Amino acid sequence: MSSDFLRQLPRAAHAFQSKQHILNRLHIDAWLLLLLLMLCGVGLMVLYSASDQSMATVQRQATRFGVALVVMFVFAQISPHHYRRWSPWLYAVGVLMLLAVLVMGVGAKGAQRWLAIPGLPRFQPSEIMKVAVPMALAAYFADRYLPPRMKHVGLGLLFVMIPTLMIAKQPDLGTSLLICASGIFVLLFAGIQWRWVFGFGSIVSAFLPLFWMFLMKDYQKQRVLTFLNPESDLHGSGWNIIQSKIAIGSGGLNGKGWLQGTQSHLDFLPESHTDFIIAVFAEEFGFIGVLGLLFLYLLIVTRCFLIAARADDTYGRLLAGSLTLTFFFYFFVNIGMVTGLLPVVGLPLPLISYGGTSIVTLFVGFGILMSIQTHKKVLPR
Amino acid sequence: MKNRDFKDPYRENRIFTFRAILFWILMVALVCTLAGRFFYLQVMQHERYATASENNRVLLQPISPNRGLIYDTKGKLLADNRASQSLNIILERVDDLEQSLMLLQKLLPITEGELERFEKRRKQRRRPHEPVLLHSHLTEQEIAILAVNSHRLPGVTVEAELIRHYPFTKSAAHVLGYVGRINEKELKRIDPVNYSGTQSIGKLGVEKFYETQLHGLVGFQKVEVTARGRVLRVLERDDPVPGMDITLHLDSELQDVAELALGDRRGAVVAIDTRTGGILTLVSQPSFDPNLFVTGIDSKTYGALRNSLDLPLFNRALRGQYPPGSTVKPFVALAGLEYGHINWAHTINDPGWYQLTKGGRFYRDWKKWGHGKVDLALAIAQSCDTYFYELAHHMQVDDLHDFLWQFGLGQRISLDVAEAARGILPSTAWKKAKTGQPWYTGDSLNVGIGQGYMLATPLQLATATAVLANRGRWLQPRLLKSIRVDKDHIAELSSIEEVAAAPEDVKLKREGDWERMIDAMESVVHGRRGTAQRIGRDVSYRIAGKTGTAQVVGIKQDEEYDVKKVKERNQDHGLFIAFAPADEPRIAIAVIVENGGGGSTSAAPVARQVLDAYLLPKLAAEAELKERDKDKAEAASGE
Repeated sequence: MSSDFLRQLPRAAHAFQSKQHILNRLHIDAWLLLLLLMLCGVGLMVLYSASDQSMATVQRQATRFGVALVVMFVFAQISPHHYRRWSPWLYAVGVLMLLAVLVMGVGAKGAQRWLAIPGLPRFQPSEIMKVAVPMALAAYFADRYLPPRMKHVGLGLLFVMIPTLMIAKQPDLGTSLLICASGIFVLLFAGIQWRWVFGFGSIVSAFLPLFWMFLMKDYQKQRVLTFLNPESDLHGSGWNIIQSKIAIGSGGLNGKGWLQGTQSHLDFLPESHTDFIIAVFAEEFGFIGVLGLLFLYLLIVTRCFLIAARADDTYGRLLAGSLTLTFFFYFFVNIGMVTGLLPVVGLPLPLISYGGTSIVTLFVGFGILMSIQTHKKVLPR
Repeated sequence: MKNRDFKDPYRENRIFTFRAILFWILMVALVCTLAGRFFYLQVMQHERYATASENNRVLLQPISPNRGLIYDTKGKLLADNRASQSLNIILERVDDLEQSLMLLQKLLPITEGELERFEKRRKQRRRPHEPVLLHSHLTEQEIAILAVNSHRLPGVTVEAELIRHYPFTKSAAHVLGYVGRINEKELKRIDPVNYSGTQSIGKLGVEKFYETQLHGLVGFQKVEVTARGRVLRVLERDDPVPGMDITLHLDSELQDVAELALGDRRGAVVAIDTRTGGILTLVSQPSFDPNLFVTGIDSKTYGALRNSLDLPLFNRALRGQYPPGSTVKPFVALAGLEYGHINWAHTINDPGWYQLTKGGRFYRDWKKWGHGKVDLALAIAQSCDTYFYELAHHMQVDDLHDFLWQFGLGQRISLDVAEAARGILPSTAWKKAKTGQPWYTGDSLNVGIGQGYMLATPLQLATATAVLANRGRWLQPRLLKSIRVDKDHIAELSSIEEVAAAPEDVKLKREGDWERMIDAMESVVHGRRGTAQRIGRDVSYRIAGKTGTAQVVGIKQDEEYDVKKVKERNQDHGLFIAFAPADEPRIAIAVIVENGGGGSTSAAPVARQVLDAYLLPKLAAEAELKERDKDKAEAASGE
């Protein structure tokens, strides 16, 4: 750290006193931090309402944010070179842990997602893979000739599919999709040819029926069927989507006002403080509030893309691009699901939904992004 | 392919930048899609979802009005509403219904019938999370048992409701009728709004006749509910108008006396206050417990009641149509006098039988050897059949019909007794219509002594007696004394019901015939040779009465029943009509004891007990009052 500092000192002498520079020296991206803090603030506010004004819930979530910010800060200090070097190992450890989950994992409601290693807090190895998969693929393709050849694409896909299928087996469809997407995003940024993308896409669609028949669990099939026709199951899973649409629609242009949403407060909206929290937000803050929130997300994603585009090397670009798209994927799938555009998959709304590990993982990603932004040999323009 | 092993950072950067821009545009497009979706839901479809949200949130709940109470003439409660805890199940919250039901059956005395009805209700349409009734009348102990086991019984709730209760159980069942759960036929008839919160409706008797008044008007409340149906707060409330309280003329003490007097014999007693027309007692024995019907009777108990040979559900007082027998004689005699067939001096020599033609069929008198020389007064006192055979022989049956009609026979004439039967007052036209045959003189002879085609209900007999007691003045029999329209407004029957025009008073050509007929009827009880002279002993007031004995013909004889019973059921019905005091009548009564034998031994003593119970306290009080007045007057004169 200090060596970096000394090396950069003469070139940046004139900018040394600027605030930007102090934050840069701390490896913090001011814009990203500001936007994230805003989003967290909105998240806590909505959570307060969605949890029936439970200050305890809000405090727990705020604590998580605090811990996550510290983690982000720590991860921002590590240079991308280190990440690049650790990538294959992290990936290998992650896969082993997933294997351990399948063999000796613990869980609830028929899903085996947690790993309990004595001496460590219980955690989901799939969370590690959310970072490890894009890191490993970025490292893999950064060393290859780009645009990648068929052979490398094939191997890359294999690296993606191993954890994807293992997580799907737990089963955790949402996370496995997310991890699969994060890997494929690396491939896309690496410059994989479009005709392969489309060709591969058509093959996958051809195999969808097989996927449906052999891989999907009944409850997952049910979710898709319910998505296609929510009215078919008014009291089961269709209920959620109908009630969330009612919550959103009844919010109107201006919303019912903070803490005034009836759908969530009268328990009509299930999972109102986790997966369906955007419905609470939409009910209380209306279309105008929703536009603001979507704009905030768009700003974060744009800032991340800028970081990716200005990265020093291919590894940083690929990793930052993938992490950014994954974050986008995250909130797009969640909002699409709550508004009835996409089938119900168990993905929370990043930084707003109440939930533990995924917040930390997200901030690890932002930490890496900040690291990529702030560990450059040349200062940002 | 030349540079296959050399990386081209510039190209990589260019590809990346190009794709990043592409993805960014794609992301903006997707976010716009989301925004478009929100626009569609929140702006374009706002009305629809706002309504849906409001419908979710606000529930319009009917509040059923409390049913009006029913009092007897002395203010004793005959029907009230009691809070009852009932066991309900919210099906949406039950995990395994079968298991829950099995556990409940282990914990509580739930009958098969209740399970049957629960299954039926379960399949009916209802709101989500609406409780379905399983078991009524939980005791404190049972509620405790449920509370202890509540963790094993998700969705099982205990709810309070007001249930109709008849404290006198069997006693007034045939007067009050009962309420029961609304059935599908009634559902079509009733106003669905006014009954939206009501579970029960009057099925019979007063409960049915005054249903509108007793029910009241439904209230509503708008409540905010949670998805699980829990009411959070009341947004708006429109109070129900409770049903009106009703006071009947019925005297429950007198009712008890009559029932006790009848004992376990089958029969009916109807007593009417001659000064108001109010029905004081209306007993039909045997009776049933109306409380059984309130929350639904199980088929076994109902079957037992329905199939009982004693017909406890049958309202003998209103619907039992009996040959009036000799009790009709005073009226037939008045008809004879009116049409000039006889006069008070008309005398016959009774050999114990009557013949239409020499050598024809013998119409026998009840006294085998005859009454000898009898005039009209004696013919009434001794109930001489031959006298009336001769009278009926000479009288046109249609004249007799028209005359008796004036006393309410053959018609439904009470004001508020819905179930009353018409009886049969035969005429030539009636017989022609009924059997297609002409009227024979022999038919007249039978009608002359209240047999043959003639049938009357105990209520009709009591009514006719009351008219006679009032010397022809009509007061239609009625149950309702007054009704509490609202807090401080009590109305009489006439002001709430459109009262049918009262029948015309019976006018006789010679007014004196009333008194002479009543004298003759007094001698039935008080005369040395009166048929009811046994009840005439030690009476401080004068009773005018007439006994009657009705032959039981055409009663179905079922082979299955033991001979003793069949024999018993073939015995004559004993009848007695009376009013008292003879000069200033206050009460008229008709008693019938089924298969009781002669009216003088079976029915008359019952009447005497009722008359005593009604009159003695009143007469004593009046005498005391008079005494006091006299004392006062003496004291005043002494000063």
